[in-house]
Amino acid sequence: MVDFMLEVKHLAVNYRGVTAVEDVSFCSLPGQIVGVIGPNGAGKSTMVKAILGLVPSTSGVVKFRSRALKQQLNSVAYVPQRSQIDWDYPITVWNVVLMARTVHTGWFRTPSRPSQEIVKDALARVGMLELRSRQIGELSGGQQQRVFLARALAQQAELLFFDEPFVGVDKKTEAIIFEVFEELKSQGKILLVVTHDLGTALTKCDQLLLLNKQMIANGSMKEVMTADNIQRAYGDSVLLLNKYVS
Amino acid sequence: MLNLILEPLSFEFMRQALATAILLGILCAVVGNYLIVQRMGILGDVIAHAVLPGLAIAFFLGVDIFLGAFICGTLSTFIISWIQSQSRIKVDVAMALVFSGFLALGIMLITLLKSKLDLHEFLFGDILSVTTDDVKRTVIITVFVLILVKLFYKELLFYTFDPLGAQASGLPVNLIHFALNGAITLTIVASMQTVGVVLVVSLLIGPGITAYLLVKELYQMMHLGAVIGVISSVTGMYMSYYLNVPSGAAIVLVVSVLFLLALFFSPTQGIFTRPEMAHQRAKLMNQFKSQKTK
Repeated sequence: MVDFMLEVKHLAVNYRGVTAVEDVSFCSLPGQIVGVIGPNGAGKSTMVKAILGLVPSTSGVVKFRSRALKQQLNSVAYVPQRSQIDWDYPITVWNVVLMARTVHTGWFRTPSRPSQEIVKDALARVGMLELRSRQIGELSGGQQQRVFLARALAQQAELLFFDEPFVGVDKKTEAIIFEVFEELKSQGKILLVVTHDLGTALTKCDQLLLLNKQMIANGSMKEVMTADNIQRAYGDSVLLLNKYVS
Repeated sequence: MLNLILEPLSFEFMRQALATAILLGILCAVVGNYLIVQRMGILGDVIAHAVLPGLAIAFFLGVDIFLGAFICGTLSTFIISWIQSQSRIKVDVAMALVFSGFLALGIMLITLLKSKLDLHEFLFGDILSVTTDDVKRTVIITVFVLILVKLFYKELLFYTFDPLGAQASGLPVNLIHFALNGAITLTIVASMQTVGVVLVVSLLIGPGITAYLLVKELYQMMHLGAVIGVISSVTGMYMSYYLNVPSGAAIVLVVSVLFLLALFFSPTQGIFTRPEMAHQRAKLMNQFKSQKTK
């Protein structure tokens, strides 16, 4: 079991002279949903990007299955924040999800028939197969998020990273996201979910990372969501959060 | 009518100019789409002007000026990326500064090296001076770049749509970034002589954005854009021949007119023709009718 875990040790990021993430360490096991929470500007997205090598880290080691994660990016799926995407890009739903097969397909080739089947299944799973010929700008926010969820599924990754997947989505989409997360979990995948939403999403997590530049707390919901930890992470806005503390 | 079309073709310089214009119409439209989808239209302008120091130095040293232009244009894209990655300066201002900085350096070098480079030709191009060797070079560059686009289409699509997602899945995004900028620079260098650096940007993005208003996928934009590019350059060349106006300006004007037509009358997005406008038109007509009957 231990051989299959994600291991982050002493990760730190300096962004143009400012410390964004400081000495973060944690481990996650297969079949776990890991919630990354913390106030705005706590470095949640930056930490995820640093784990994936999308921003340079000043120190730290990231290992997956006991090897450097950077050498195994083909086992990774990353869903960026909705605001990172240009929704007017001239592309249809189908081709967004087909992108998932780019690395598996390899240079100079077109996606194979099995790849097309994988894409079809992924779209059907999130209820978007009928809309596959739509340009992505013609979709609602929730539908757009489901397209990216389908893309992550079609990547058939072992490690999945979601940056704020619940922002601007409808109830139906939220329910589908939770269902798919549960399925991925039961397949033994590791999911890292960045969220500033401290509602339902938290109860689905097996492990929480409470971040404010550094790791404030790491563990189960009960261990992490104590009044003391929340005070340390959120400071004065703590009153607003009292209702979530058991 | 047929005679009007055939007459210019009896001159060799016109045949060569037309061949070049057609090739560039295709090449610029296809490559320019990558500027459009990355919201980097101005980069075309920047590279086009930034090649000047390279031209001046190559001219002075007596080496191929296209090589000098290519190296210098690529260098400018490196500097823009470097400024962007090393500071909080945004890409638009980095481009603006590199644009005028390189142009200034070029002007200075031309004076200092007492170069006989024709600045007017650099700025506005002269398609009628195209030689057989120029046509050959344009053919080679066009075929080369189009093959690259075809071979790396799916990687380029992923990278330009979602650079972070592409990087996270293990694609070598830095390599893709610089190869794409290299292809854009090559395209601009090939077009310099025809339309000049001031006008090349519209040949790069005009056909693409016109197509963007009509279709919904990148490869469709490339195909339709290429058709629009060819129509523009051929029409522009004939206008230039019969009206005795500069060819670059004529081509760019045709590009602009075609864009305006699509902007007004595209079935899905045209200002006068998009679905919600049909609604408003019907409403207006009803109001008009009810007033009449009163």
